[in-house]
Amino acid sequence: MNSNNTTYTDEVKKHFLNPHNMGEIKKADGVGKLGNPVCGDVFWLYITVSKNKKGQEIIKDIKFQTMGCAAAISTSSMITDLAKGKTLEEAMKITNKDVANSLKGLPPIKMHCSNMAADTLHEAIKDYISKQSKDKNGKKINTIKKEACYRCCHE
Amino acid sequence: MKQIYLDYAATTPVAKEVLETMKPYFSEKFGNESSMHSFGTKAREDVEVAREKIKNKLNAKNYNLIFTSGGTESNNLALKGIAFANQKKGKHIITTKIEHDCILQSAKWLQEQGYEVTYLKVDKEGFIDINDLKKKIRKDTIFVSIIHANNEIGTIQNIREIGKVCHDMGTILHTDACQSFTKVPIDLEEDNIDLITINAHKIYGPKGVGALLVKKGIDITPLLHGGGHENNLRSGTLNVPGIIGFAAATEVIKEKDIKRMEKLRDLFIDGLLKLPNSSLNGATGNNRLCNNINILFKYIEGESILLHLDFKGIYVSTGSACSSHNLSQNHVIKAIGVDPKIANGALRITIGIETTEEDIKYVLSEIKPIVEKLTKMSPLSQREGNKNRK
Repeated sequence: MNSNNTTYTDEVKKHFLNPHNMGEIKKADGVGKLGNPVCGDVFWLYITVSKNKKGQEIIKDIKFQTMGCAAAISTSSMITDLAKGKTLEEAMKITNKDVANSLKGLPPIKMHCSNMAADTLHEAIKDYISKQSKDKNGKKINTIKKEACYRCCHE
Repeated sequence: MKQIYLDYAATTPVAKEVLETMKPYFSEKFGNESSMHSFGTKAREDVEVAREKIKNKLNAKNYNLIFTSGGTESNNLALKGIAFANQKKGKHIITTKIEHDCILQSAKWLQEQGYEVTYLKVDKEGFIDINDLKKKIRKDTIFVSIIHANNEIGTIQNIREIGKVCHDMGTILHTDACQSFTKVPIDLEEDNIDLITINAHKIYGPKGVGALLVKKGIDITPLLHGGGHENNLRSGTLNVPGIIGFAAATEVIKEKDIKRMEKLRDLFIDGLLKLPNSSLNGATGNNRLCNNINILFKYIEGESILLHLDFKGIYVSTGSACSSHNLSQNHVIKAIGVDPKIANGALRITIGIETTEEDIKYVLSEIKPIVEKLTKMSPLSQREGNKNRK
């Protein structure tokens, strides 16, 4: 790392410069969208789901698209690493804090606004589940409001 | 690694000749200018020479120059000082939506003390409307404070006309000229300016020193009370090396530097506008500061561009919410009417007398792949692209 910038950890810088699993999955089984461009951060996560040998549903593939600062981009990249191959149940247990810890920390001010990659993953999983249940029962399970910045005070 | 500093609106290095002029005042000529002995009187003499030099630069014969700790203090002293000293006239103040935070926060504080503040709107290039100003001035308007050249977008107001309107309508004008001083010619008498804020570290002088010039006859109340320095208007031992450096710094930027920076600025702007989804914030041509470039990139976030450039040894600034202390959007970008959804993509590049054409070409070649990469990563660019195709 040839930057003296101390705002972010080396782990954040690594993911920011070379993010993992960036892009779109055209035929995704679930999509999660969170954030608000007014705040500067928008997260989109795409997942495909398949079954493992035990018959449990797992995240087979995961990709992200993000507009935002280094914290937003690095947490997006990190969540794809953390979630890939996990069962849906395990993935639902990953928290924003886990993501920040895996990056060796984020600046305090960014913990609030730019650290919502895990929430976005949960949205994608809920989206998948809701699509499944819709197929079976014909109605949708409620998920939290999409594309809303549900944390900060911007108009 | 090659390092290219492009944040001269934030601060400049101290010029070598300025530093040399300052050096003796730290350990040899270290006297307190208030002292009665020869050490003190020598310091006092030199401070007075510096004071006259800065005043001459602004044609300020009929003005008192008060040395301060910098732009923020000068602006606080101007706003609070005039407001408190002129309460009998009224409690109405006019300023703009694009002032530096030290003006806006002082104005807000005065509102809390019972003053009424009108914030003038600006157009999409950042200019105030003179007719709007005329309409807003009232009998009880104590003063008008308008930034000369904006620190974010470089827009230079027609200060002479603004001052004339103020005087015709019986009020006075303060201007914050921290960005324009020595880059834009200022003649306080001709330009109808009653109070002006200037500082040293934007003009190749040291940090921690500035000044407020006040036309003789205008009353202000001091913020700092104590030993009665600066005609009782700003107590506190004078920063002698800083003041010596400040005066020397007024000579650093020459006419030919300004001409050269104007050309480089336009070259830079032209190059940046060739990048995807980019547009210019602020004014074009002569009404823009010679060293200011502010480009808006749709769909991407300024802090990410800044950090990528940082890794390449290129140092710029951004108006994005993500890089501000309180995560709020830049008020200047907002005031010029940029859609809040894309306002976080503003990038401010400010050049200096050291900047070369080679630097600019290098930065343009480095920034292109960064903008392309971040645009590709952004879900919004894709969504907008899909909309356009339909």
